Amino acid sequence: MRQVLAVVFLIVWAGISAAVEPDEILSDPILEDRARLISQGLRCLQCRNESIDESNAGIARDLRLLVRARLLEGDSDTEVMDYVVARYGEYVLLRPNGLGTNLVLWLAGPALFFVSLAGLIAVQRRSKRNETIDQLTEDEEKEIEKLLSS
Amino acid sequence: MLNELAHFSLNIALGFAVLGTIIPLLGATLRRSSWMQLASVFATLQFLLVAFAFGVLTLAFVKSDFSLRLVVLNSHTLKPMIYKIAGVWGNHEGSLLLWILILTFFAACAAIFGRRLPQSLLARVLGVQSAITTAFLAFVLLTSNPFTRVAFPPFNGQGLNPLLQDPGLAFHPPFLYLGYVGLSITFSFAIAALLEGKVDSAWGRWVRPWTLAAWIFLTIGIGLGSWWAYYELGWGGFWFWDPVENASFMPWLISSALLHSAIVVEKRDTLKTWTILLAILAFGFSLIGTFIVRSGVLTSVHAFANDPERGVFILMILAVFFGGALLLFALRAKAMDSRGIFAPVSRESALIANNLLLAISCFVVFVGTVWPLVAELLMDRKLSVGPPFFDLAFTPFMVGLAVILPIGSTLPWKRARRVHITRLWPVALLCLAIFGLAWAMQTGRSLIGPVGLGLGVWLVMGVAIELYQRCGRGAGKARRLLRLPLADWGKAIAHAGLGITIFGVAGITAWQVEDIRVLEIGQSAEVAGFTITLEAVEDRRGPNYLTTMADVALSKQGNPIAMLHPERRYYPVAEMPTTEAGIDSGVWRDVYVVVGDAQAEGGYAVRIFIKPLANWIWTGAIIMALGGFLSLFDRRYRLAPGAARDPGRVALP
Repeated sequence: MRQVLAVVFLIVWAGISAAVEPDEILSDPILEDRARLISQGLRCLQCRNESIDESNAGIARDLRLLVRARLLEGDSDTEVMDYVVARYGEYVLLRPNGLGTNLVLWLAGPALFFVSLAGLIAVQRRSKRNETIDQLTEDEEKEIEKLLSS
Repeated sequence: MLNELAHFSLNIALGFAVLGTIIPLLGATLRRSSWMQLASVFATLQFLLVAFAFGVLTLAFVKSDFSLRLVVLNSHTLKPMIYKIAGVWGNHEGSLLLWILILTFFAACAAIFGRRLPQSLLARVLGVQSAITTAFLAFVLLTSNPFTRVAFPPFNGQGLNPLLQDPGLAFHPPFLYLGYVGLSITFSFAIAALLEGKVDSAWGRWVRPWTLAAWIFLTIGIGLGSWWAYYELGWGGFWFWDPVENASFMPWLISSALLHSAIVVEKRDTLKTWTILLAILAFGFSLIGTFIVRSGVLTSVHAFANDPERGVFILMILAVFFGGALLLFALRAKAMDSRGIFAPVSRESALIANNLLLAISCFVVFVGTVWPLVAELLMDRKLSVGPPFFDLAFTPFMVGLAVILPIGSTLPWKRARRVHITRLWPVALLCLAIFGLAWAMQTGRSLIGPVGLGLGVWLVMGVAIELYQRCGRGAGKARRLLRLPLADWGKAIAHAGLGITIFGVAGITAWQVEDIRVLEIGQSAEVAGFTITLEAVEDRRGPNYLTTMADVALSKQGNPIAMLHPERRYYPVAEMPTTEAGIDSGVWRDVYVVVGDAQAEGGYAVRIFIKPLANWIWTGAIIMALGGFLSLFDRRYRLAPGAARDPGRVALP
């Protein structure tokens, strides 16, 4: 039983690999840094919500190698991104582009911020205009008198 | 037999939940005291019955009772005891039962501690709480019965997901649920107030301890989850902007806002409608989170894989409670419009800014989380929204929040003069200097580091200045400092905790050093002044896994620091590998080592990270929770309910 387990163990072992492997790393550190940055922005297609930089999946490794190959060919960062997006669709972009309806996504926060700020300022102005010293009503005056006399 | 009894007791609990909804709510409307009094009885009975069922389920896991389907699917005899117990909530049905247990637990607590609340308010709070319990009990009994038997019990179970077999994660769900579900009582208070048509500063004072308790648990739960991700997932990230993480983060953001706005209600008797809305939103986001986690509409690392039927049921619960609450809010909120006047520079204005920033940052997280879904449904675009988006869209609001925090917390209520913030000027200059220095020293790296460092100092120093100011002039400062109300201490400590977390996030994000290379046995690597030597690699056996464990020696300039043991485990039952990092934790840095594959040419792939200030992230979270805890024991919460019932006593000086 132990031996069987050991064999299974070894087979499975060979199948998994860690994220970026030593043999993938480019010798030029500047290119490698660019490759890492690009891969942090690309989604692994097979996994759930992981970038290819973190992922252990085979396809992530392929994509990492592809990115590095393009960089070695002399592509700029955007050219590499465009190359990958052209093949796999905008699904791979972890940072969605600001095109078309995606503008809503990008502008929702800032827009709400400025609208609420404007609203607050408007309320502030209005309340300042209406600011009056609160006069006690007759009933309240009477109540105070009653409290004082008791 | 016991299992059937537990199932039966859940059914009875459902009955009491229905009664506990109808009778107290009707009683409050018809002003029948005896009906309203029943609310506490029903709440307590529900809790006892659900607790019994939960206990039976736990017993089944402990005894490995493989006649239950749930135990077969999620347990195994070889598992250590702690993970057998953690297995109870490591699955959909069990975690839902835990959810309901906490729901009824909070109702029972409200029944006990709320005895001095106005009768109709308490009846309504418990009535609404019972309504929520009704919905969730029906959900469990109709779609996810944890007590389903199997016809032919197997000899052993299928085990628990190995990633969940970890002390950090064993306690992560209970804390998170205590937080999530704790917000239900705040929600019930809000609905009860809308039904009563009355919100005053007393209400603000009653609702705050409950929000605070939920917030503390949520903070601890999120912190535990983040810590677990850090050491377990194998590359040392602490936050992934995963839909499920966001699901817990959104209620946290809203409840943080709620904590602050409830103070304004309490002290200034204004901002009431907004506070009610926040209370509704906080639990609303908890429900949305439940939907995200359990319906499987959004792909995520740790969602329970689930069938759509359940998703539809949760969507219905969401629609009824969230939608219904918002409708009620729209109908009733006008009636209690506040008439407070805000000076532009005052504590309450600063708290409004806090609320604005927290609410909008929550909105950003929400939009980012659901955007892939919206894009696919409405625009037929398949896209992803990942960490780069959130970092960019969320961070500015947090920076704004941190900038105004020390200013706002030193300002007095009503109207401030410039004098109040003059003491902060030197601190502001110091922070700018630190920012500039850090920026100059690290050419060409992300701005997050310097900005975070500056803000962290700003927050912590701001707290120090505020405490100094609070203890006044002249002799006896130390004595006055010790006599400050616990709420003030809580506030100071929680704010300092936030500063410390910001330090940690900045450090780990901006100044991490990473090194990936092949090491043969006996070989060393030099990384950022540390010497890391791979001394040995051998195969071992754990209680329910096989492991390849490495001995990695860590030293600096020839002085040994630690021996690390990174592992790669394989769990045969689940057929799943996991990575266990070797971490040397320190105050200023963590050294984080992961050993990977054996290479074809000999040696092993080794990943080494130096993570500056890593522990500060979770330490800060614990300090924040501690601050909340201190604040919870402030004197005024113990006095408040009685004082409200007996107005004559308060009027006397």
